Amino acid sequence: MSLSNDDVAKIAHLARLAVDPADAESLGRELSTILDLVAQMDAADTDEVTPMAHPLDMTQRLRPDQVTETDHREAYQANAPAVENGLFLVPKVIE
Amino acid sequence: MHTKSIAELSAALRGGDVSSVELTRYMLQRIKTTGESLNSFITVTEELALAQAAVADQRIAAGEATPLTGVPIAHKDIFCTKDVRTSCGSRMLADFVAPYDATVVGRLQSAGAVMLGKTNMDEFAMGSSNETSYFGAVRNPWDGATVPGGSSGGSAAAVAARLCAAATGTDTGGSIRQPAALTGITGLKPTYGRCSRWGMIAFASSLDQAGPMTRSAEDAALMLSAMAGFDERDSTSAERPVDDYVGGLGNPLQGLRVGIVKEFMGDGLDAGVGASVQAAFDALQDLGVELVDVSLPNAGLSVPAYYVVAPAECSSNLARFDGVRYGHRCEAPRDLEDLYKRSRSEGFGAEVQRRIMIGTYALSAGYYDAYYLKAQKVRRLIADDFRQAFERCDVIASPTAPETAFKLGDKANDPVSMYLQDIYTIAVNLAGLPGMSVPAPAADGMPVGLQLIGNYFEEARLLNVAHQLQLATDWHRACPPGF
Repeated sequence: MSLSNDDVAKIAHLARLAVDPADAESLGRELSTILDLVAQMDAADTDEVTPMAHPLDMTQRLRPDQVTETDHREAYQANAPAVENGLFLVPKVIE
Repeated sequence: MHTKSIAELSAALRGGDVSSVELTRYMLQRIKTTGESLNSFITVTEELALAQAAVADQRIAAGEATPLTGVPIAHKDIFCTKDVRTSCGSRMLADFVAPYDATVVGRLQSAGAVMLGKTNMDEFAMGSSNETSYFGAVRNPWDGATVPGGSSGGSAAAVAARLCAAATGTDTGGSIRQPAALTGITGLKPTYGRCSRWGMIAFASSLDQAGPMTRSAEDAALMLSAMAGFDERDSTSAERPVDDYVGGLGNPLQGLRVGIVKEFMGDGLDAGVGASVQAAFDALQDLGVELVDVSLPNAGLSVPAYYVVAPAECSSNLARFDGVRYGHRCEAPRDLEDLYKRSRSEGFGAEVQRRIMIGTYALSAGYYDAYYLKAQKVRRLIADDFRQAFERCDVIASPTAPETAFKLGDKANDPVSMYLQDIYTIAVNLAGLPGMSVPAPAADGMPVGLQLIGNYFEEARLLNVAHQLQLATDWHRACPPGF
C-alpha cells in the first residue's frame, strides 16, 4: 500500500485537516506503513464470520421520552471561542 | 506516609494519626518537590484538594467515612472535572474547563477521595509512551531517561513515585496495563461497560474503559468498588450488580487453572522480561494453581484489526472538535472550512492527526468492507479464541508488554514500532474482557508486568489472584530510588 500525495490531500480534506503540501510525502509514507500493518488482516479467512461491532453484543436501552436535561447554555458557552447573545459565532457562511 | 496503602491510610485517618488536610498538604508538597521532574501532572488542584480534605475530615469525625474518605488520589486528564481544566493532553483542549464531573470522578468524590490534580497523558489517549502529550513527556521514576508508557503515563508515574495513593486511568488498547507494567504498579482494565464512560473524553467508544492504577491489588479492589457500577447516562454501561471485590481477595487459589498463552511467550518477547514473567508463573504455581497451555491463534491479528477499529472510531469521535463550540480556534479564519481545517490541524498533534486520517480513509466510500468490516470480523475471531481458551482455564496469564521501559525518543518517530508495544494487551480490549497488570520481578533493575486476563465481569477473580500473588511475593513493594 502506497498513498500518493493526492490521496493524502483527499483524506486530509475529508477529515477537515490542513496538511501542508510540503509534509504530504512523509505523511503518506507514515500512513502507508500503518496500512501495511493493517493489511496483515488479509491473512485471516473471514468469509463465514459475523462481524463484531460491540464486545458485549448488547442491545441499546431505551428510556422514556422525557426531558432530563436542564439548561446549561451559559456554562457550556463559557468554553466557546466566540459567542454573542447566546449564539456561537462562526465566519460568514451565506453571502 | 506516602508509602502507605489505601487501607493503611484509611486506618490512620480514622484512628486520628493524621488528618486528611495534613495528608493532602504533605502529598501536594511531594508533587511540587520530589515529583516535579517527572512532569506527571498537568494541573495540580491545591485549593480544591484542601477543601475536599477538610470535608473528608468532618465526615471521618462524624463516623461516615468509606475506605476512600480523605485518601489523596489523582485523575487522568481525560476525565471531566467540574470547574477544573480538562485538557486530554491536547492543545485542542488546553483551555477547556469542564462544566461537569465524569461519573467515575463523581463516584470517587462521593466516596470521599480527595483529588490532588489531573495527570499527564498521551494526547487523546493515543500513544504508548506519554510522548504525544501537548504538555510534554512524562519521565519514568525508575529511570528518568525512559518513558513511563502510555497513554496513562502520568497516572502511572505519579502512583509509582508515591505522589498519590492511587489514580484513575483509561485503557483502549493497553493504556492502563502497559504503563502499570513499565512503572512497576498494579493496573486494572475492567470488562467493557463495567465503569461508566460518561464524562470520559471519547477515543474509541467500543474499546474505552476506565480503571484504577494503584500500588497493590487490594488498593485496586477498593478503588474499583467505588468506580464500578451501572450508569444510565452511558448507553453501553453494564446493567448488573457490582461484585464484592474486597471480600473475595482472601480466597485460596488451590485448583485454579491459569492458562499461559503460548503465542505471547515467543518471538518479540525480550528474554529478560520472559524470565521475569516465568518467575511469576512459578510463584502462582507455588500458590496451588495449575498451569495449562492455551492458544490464541488469531491474537497476532489484534494489532492490525485495532488500527482500523480504533482510528475509525476516533475519526468519528474527534469530528466534534471543530473550533466552534469549544476547543482551539485558529486566528482570523477566512471561511468555515478554513476555520475547521486550521483549528483542527493546530489543535491536534501529529499522532492524533495520523489516526484521524487512517480512520477517515478506512471509513471512506469504497473502503469500508476491506477495512472496517474486515476488522470487525477479525475482532470476532479474537473474541472466539478467548472463549475457547476459557474452556480450559479460569484466568489467562502472559507478559503485559514485550520489553521494559524504553528510552525517550526511541520510538517517537516510528508509529508502528510504538503500536507493537501493545501486542499482548490489545486483544483483551477487542474482546471486551477484563485485564490486569501486576508487578513481576524486575529485569535489569526495571519493572516488568505480569498480565492477568479474566472472563467477562470476573474482575473479582483477577483481583483475588493478584492479591494472593502479592501476599506471597514483594515485587509490588519495590520503590523507585529517590522516591
